[in-house]
Amino acid sequence: MSGPSLESEPLVAVRNLHVEFPSATGVTHAVRGVSFAIGREKLGIVGESGSGKSVTGRALMRLLPGSARMRADVLRFGTTDILQAGEREMRALRGGRIGLVLQDPKYSLNPVMTAGAQIAEALRAHKRLGRREARDAALALLESVRIRDPRRVHDAYPHELSGGMGQRVMIAMMLAPDPELLIADEPTSALDASVQAEILSLIEEQVDRRGMALMLISHDLPLVARFCDRVAVMYAGQVMEELPAADLHQARHAYTRGLLECLPSLSERRDRLPTLKRDPAWLAPRA
Amino acid sequence: MIDVGNLDIRFGANHAVRGVSFRVEPGETFGLVGESGSGKSTVLRAIAGLITEWSGRIAVDGQALGRKRDRAFFRTVQMVFQDPYGSLHPRQTVDRILSEPLEVHGVRDADTRIARALEEVALPRTARFRYPHQLSGGQRQRVAIARALVADPRVLLLDEPTSALDVSVQAEVLNLLADLRAARSLTCILVSHNLAVVAHLCGQIAVMQGGQVVERLDEAALRAGRAVHPHTQDLIRLSREVEDRAT
Repeated sequence: MSGPSLESEPLVAVRNLHVEFPSATGVTHAVRGVSFAIGREKLGIVGESGSGKSVTGRALMRLLPGSARMRADVLRFGTTDILQAGEREMRALRGGRIGLVLQDPKYSLNPVMTAGAQIAEALRAHKRLGRREARDAALALLESVRIRDPRRVHDAYPHELSGGMGQRVMIAMMLAPDPELLIADEPTSALDASVQAEILSLIEEQVDRRGMALMLISHDLPLVARFCDRVAVMYAGQVMEELPAADLHQARHAYTRGLLECLPSLSERRDRLPTLKRDPAWLAPRA
Repeated sequence: MIDVGNLDIRFGANHAVRGVSFRVEPGETFGLVGESGSGKSTVLRAIAGLITEWSGRIAVDGQALGRKRDRAFFRTVQMVFQDPYGSLHPRQTVDRILSEPLEVHGVRDADTRIARALEEVALPRTARFRYPHQLSGGQRQRVAIARALVADPRVLLLDEPTSALDVSVQAEVLNLLADLRAARSLTCILVSHNLAVVAHLCGQIAVMQGGQVVERLDEAALRAGRAVHPHTQDLIRLSREVEDRAT
């Protein structure tokens, strides 16, 4: 496991990332000059659908459709230059040094393999382990994601698991090869409020304990702020504002403020919700 | 306007709804809160006539309902679903989608009604001859609301109408629902897992868990956190924890 060459270097460095999707009707510029860095910390990427937040996450793993055009001044993970790396190196990165947790475990787990077999497969793809060892390691992982009855879940098929349980299995699988970075793309949007909090605190705990970095991608600004150190707010393919999560209530950008203000509140009664006035100036390329 | 008494629903061995009772007065919006599997959507679907195997009593506007619903029922009661991608016919234009309920109920002057319905939900006139995939998520949910309202129902059943939408679009749709409710004095039932959304629209709220109503409270009590049942207290605490970050 080779970390970044210098301790002071961030784990992930992205500078001036652009992603375009050409189509018959023209070019969609999904990401327009995004820059950020992630050290051993938790970065939240927040934005509405179509803001480019997921595409940014996928670009880091080079998991974009073949038609996508990607360019950047810097796109680096550890010492790997993602723009130049060969497929072999990328395969070691994907699911190995970078784990990816997606929204709905119903679609991201293999429906005809038991949970345990999928975790063992992830383990053996990235580490030299025998079947027996892989099974023991899978059970230990299931226990570490706070599954009370790891043996039952190990032998269960995805359809026999609840959404929250499925997401725990997914997390266990992604933690299996000891990644340095976990990208969680809307990991809890398909789950209930209470399960949502459990899954996010589980991710938080594992990230802290393993000294990993986390990139949490979500449309839910308050939720992200609760679990991350820093938050980057994206709109129309650009980062509008980046700020410490604790300072969210002091957000300056009108878009960030607008996103916070349009939420209905439990504690305070409001007859009408303020709606977001989209300022065309937000679309202008930023320096 | 709506009277549900001792409603019981089983799916095989799964006892999904256990003796649920509540009344909704005319013009009121009633909230059903709970997590997935609590039975809240099942109650709504039974009222809508989408589930036929139930026992107990369901009455709308003084009329006790049977398993099969007649056309008059669907003239009175309409439903809006969570996912506008799934609930609109992908190969029908908005115009076709909105004319179907009018044809079913033999309503005349479809043309003016459709134009008015689109205006009411603030969709541009150009949307009328588009297909669902050519619209944004928020616009699609507006089409679903327009379809529910086009034949002038008196009861609107809302199943998580904003949880598939971005927060900015959610605000627009919630404002729209509040306006339409006032303009047409609609009686509504709103099912949601989001307490802030429920408190925003509903006067009376029932909290469900394991197929039962475990607590009933009004908007003021919910906002003030005056809940007795531990499950309600948990839901309120979680909702506040997230909210505190933002303010």
